[in-house]
Amino acid sequence: MDNLDRIVTEARAAFAALSDPDALEQVKARFLGKSGQITERLKELGKLLPEQKKIAGAAINAAKTAIENALNERREAIRQAALAARLAEEALDVTLPGRSEQRGGLHPVTRSLERIEALFASIGFSVADGPEIEDDFHNFTALNTPEDHPARSMHDTFYLQNPDGSVADKVLLRTHTSPIQARYMQAHVARYRHLPSLPEIRIIAPGRVYRVDSDATHSPMFHQVEGLWVGENVSFADLKGVIADFLRRFFETDDLTVRFRPSFFPFTEPSAEIDVAFMSGALEGRWLEVAGCGMVHPNVLKIAGIDPEKYTGFAFGFGPDRLTMLRYGVNDLRLFFEGDLRFLRQFV
Amino acid sequence: MKFSESWLRAFVDPQLTSEELSHRLTMAGLEVENRQPVAPAFAHVVVAEVLAVTKHPDADRLNVCRVDTGSGAPVTIVCGAPNVAVGLKAPCALPGAVLPGALTIRAAKVRGVESAGMLCSAKELGADEDASGLLLLPADAPVGADLRHYLDLDDCQFELKLTPNRADCLSLLGIAREVAAITGAAAHLPEIPAVPATIADTRAIVLDAPEGCPLYCGRVIKGVDARAATPEWMKRRLQRSGVRAISALVDVTNYVMLELGQPLHAFDNTRLSGAIHARLAEPGEKLLLLNEQTIAVDADVLMIADDAKPLAMAGVMGGEESGITLETRELFLESAFFSPPAIAGRARRYGFTSDAAHRFERGVDFGGARRALERATQLILDICGGQAGPVVEAQAALPPRPPVRLRSARAEKVLGLELGAERIAALLAGLGLSYQREGETGEDFLVTPPSWRFDLEIEEDLIEEIARLHGYDNIPAPAPQGRMAMMPQPEVERPNARIRQALIDRGYQEVVNFAFVDAAWEADFAGKTAESELIRLANPIASQMAVMRSTLLGGLIANLVTNLRRKQSRVRLFELGRCFARDDQGARTLDAPVAGFRQPWRLAALAYGGALPEGWGSGGRKVDFYDLKGDLEALLAPAQTRWEKLTHPALHPGRAASVVLDGKIIGCLGELHPEWVQKYELPQAPVIFELDLAALKAAPIPAFAEVSKFQPVLRDLAIVVDQNLPLQSLLDGLKKAKPALVNDIQLFDLYAGKGIPENKKSLAFRVVMQDTQRTLLDSEVDAAMQQLVSCLEQAFGAQLRA
Repeated sequence: MDNLDRIVTEARAAFAALSDPDALEQVKARFLGKSGQITERLKELGKLLPEQKKIAGAAINAAKTAIENALNERREAIRQAALAARLAEEALDVTLPGRSEQRGGLHPVTRSLERIEALFASIGFSVADGPEIEDDFHNFTALNTPEDHPARSMHDTFYLQNPDGSVADKVLLRTHTSPIQARYMQAHVARYRHLPSLPEIRIIAPGRVYRVDSDATHSPMFHQVEGLWVGENVSFADLKGVIADFLRRFFETDDLTVRFRPSFFPFTEPSAEIDVAFMSGALEGRWLEVAGCGMVHPNVLKIAGIDPEKYTGFAFGFGPDRLTMLRYGVNDLRLFFEGDLRFLRQFV
Repeated sequence: MKFSESWLRAFVDPQLTSEELSHRLTMAGLEVENRQPVAPAFAHVVVAEVLAVTKHPDADRLNVCRVDTGSGAPVTIVCGAPNVAVGLKAPCALPGAVLPGALTIRAAKVRGVESAGMLCSAKELGADEDASGLLLLPADAPVGADLRHYLDLDDCQFELKLTPNRADCLSLLGIAREVAAITGAAAHLPEIPAVPATIADTRAIVLDAPEGCPLYCGRVIKGVDARAATPEWMKRRLQRSGVRAISALVDVTNYVMLELGQPLHAFDNTRLSGAIHARLAEPGEKLLLLNEQTIAVDADVLMIADDAKPLAMAGVMGGEESGITLETRELFLESAFFSPPAIAGRARRYGFTSDAAHRFERGVDFGGARRALERATQLILDICGGQAGPVVEAQAALPPRPPVRLRSARAEKVLGLELGAERIAALLAGLGLSYQREGETGEDFLVTPPSWRFDLEIEEDLIEEIARLHGYDNIPAPAPQGRMAMMPQPEVERPNARIRQALIDRGYQEVVNFAFVDAAWEADFAGKTAESELIRLANPIASQMAVMRSTLLGGLIANLVTNLRRKQSRVRLFELGRCFARDDQGARTLDAPVAGFRQPWRLAALAYGGALPEGWGSGGRKVDFYDLKGDLEALLAPAQTRWEKLTHPALHPGRAASVVLDGKIIGCLGELHPEWVQKYELPQAPVIFELDLAALKAAPIPAFAEVSKFQPVLRDLAIVVDQNLPLQSLLDGLKKAKPALVNDIQLFDLYAGKGIPENKKSLAFRVVMQDTQRTLLDSEVDAAMQQLVSCLEQAFGAQLRA
């Protein structure tokens, strides 16, 4: 029996000395292989008496099991060691930057326009569009600004040239987004002529507009957002409500005051300029002009084919460039149009 | 409109501070654009008289003066001003005075001589830039008087940004009327008695164009001294209204215009012959104006003429030859009403403007023409002497002032505010508007607009007036109420936001560029060189912003140049904007709402530098054609596009493609032409694309197709073909030849070089075969592959690769 114990001990020692899986399997044969020590012992059992056979057989099997267990343990230990080594070898520097495309970004004014569109969409305003090369009729006349009206000099208008060098008759770059109002109302009336009552118009019209003006606070091209709500019961009070609500939502604060101040636009009456003052922050207490607005002038409704006795409406025009500057603290309008990535990437 | 607050307060003096007054004006629609004190704060400065001047014993440039400051005993003051002299009067800062710039005056020794104050220049008082000498005061200035009081320095200059409808506020009288209305303070308007004639001279007046000039008052004044000095008070008021004092006669006409709003014109009576005519210009008529501009006047320009010649552009500017000079002894003074349509736009047409034109084209009070003439006559007689003849007045039909109906209910509906008829009545009365009440309960008002208001023609005009006086602040701002209806969300139209987002996610930054560009860009990037193709601005602000763009590419290249200059090495940009092109069809379409011009929305992008952002793992590969093609395909997915070789002025001829969708070219993609890479000094070529936005916006609604439950069969196929055979033609051929069970054929490898004959390339395709209803048999698959191979061999001379 001592002999068996010795074999087990020997096997254990032999296994423990190895860390290579192939070598381990070879050493295994020395004990458990066809001519291994344990196998030899089992072969010898036949020579024994049945009584002795039973006892010796049990002892040999116990030794065999012990060796097999030792072998499995060693196999597992070697596998674990190999895995650990591989894992260690495969470890990354997780602090290296990711390998992928860098995200681009929206232009800051587009960012504002998307927010403005969403805010107005939430109270049923859809988005309308109109041409940037505009005719004199829609830019001025349809907006109650006949030729030679002094209000025309409020806008320094870009005119187009004919190929022969003469100034094109009655074609210009729109000076505001208000012509979209005129176009939309005309199309709306045409579309719903068959109905006894005109469905409400609720639109905003964002776009680029042009004026002959260029300095630190004026760009020859800039953005406007026109808004229009025409219905059977739309009042100046509603205008105030919508605008005040919009400004609070846009700036995401109740910490601002909105004031309406009488003004003049040929296509609205009564007309107002809208000033906003923040009650905290860098611009605290200063009145900042952000929009012009008013009740749609009866002449404008009439030109579009809408009965001003039955329908009233309001219109407004915001400067989204200015709103963007106020929202993000941008201090120079010209930055919006220079395409400088160092500026634009701040809005990613 | 600039004016002096103290002048205004002489007419109406509400119990308000300057700041409060300014706020009230702004909130009434007369926006105060600027308000500043006429002089900075200082005190203890008095009118002083220099009694004696002796040289300072120890300083060449200083004098020791005996000065009377009105304190009883003369004081000694050391003075360095070169113009100091015995007998003159000047401001003196007494000890204790604090002058602008925090300069405190003390009694002190100056180079050993005691000095009890300082004689001051205009600059030292912050009143002017003039530091050349003492501010000289008139000889009759009272010694010892407080200078601020004497020069009326506790005054503010207001500047109003008036809207074109409020021409009635282009005068002190008009502003005073408005202030009285909004504050309730009483207005004390000047009484202007008629000046009796002391001579009989007159000139006949003929209204040849009574529509343009329905009222003309004129009078002769003889024996004036045109060199007389304008009184200080008048100069001061003019100056604080932004008008330079010139000479007494000119100053008086300007003063009366500011005071009463009536532009006046003074002719040299000796240069006139016969009657005065207000008539339209005659054919070929020319006139040398006071601004030394000679104009050939159009037939719709109203002129003032005498029997022999044109004298002035009526209501706009006088003529040089009939104008007054310092030698003038005899005047003919004009005060007329010219109707706004007769004046509007005329000055602008000739490239100038004038205070008179500014007022007449907006509307001048025709009820005040004669009063202004009397006022000016009196001031001229007072200042320049002389004798006045009788006023000759010619009058035709003046602008009608039909009563305007204002319904209380309508006002309340428009404003969204309950006012009540009595409140409306009170507001109208407050505005000085006369009305009659009508209706069962007097709820309607028939309002007659006054002669000075040209902006009260319809009911809304009156609604605005009462809203203004009631106060916009006092109108509620309720949450909006309206019919709730869901808005359409057309699924077949991709919103711009999604298109932008797709590009942003692939690394592009949005830019917004000017729509007017350098004509060179149109030539370089759109091949437009003929004038007939360009859309030029008639009045560009700069030559490099003179042409409307027909492509977005120029702007992106310029952005690239800008950013490279700022040391950006990798640039990816896009713009979504309108382009413009002449359209000779003349038809109006959705794309061309203004006849003669197409204005499509386009999307363009540019990529430059590394294919990936520079970094440890980016590999350093530069962005190329196929990178952008991939971006564009992703952007267009699920639409299947075709690509064709393209010759484009902006692009490398071997590396440019047009993008074709449903048989229509929708845009282009390619590398910038090497010529422009060199011209715009780019270290390497950017890759760019430009598309019609409309093509991108179409988004088909997905249609369901059965998904097969059976395993697909994949087979690979490698062939060798001519190097210059485009893949597209192979795919087209295979598509035509393929049996129905072939679902998809994808190129997965492309190789040329070692092992492949020269001028050949190896292509490897993966063929996917599947049937939705059953498992495919090997024999079917083999037959299908054989079909593809034969097609390749026969149609394209392809050789199977072992």
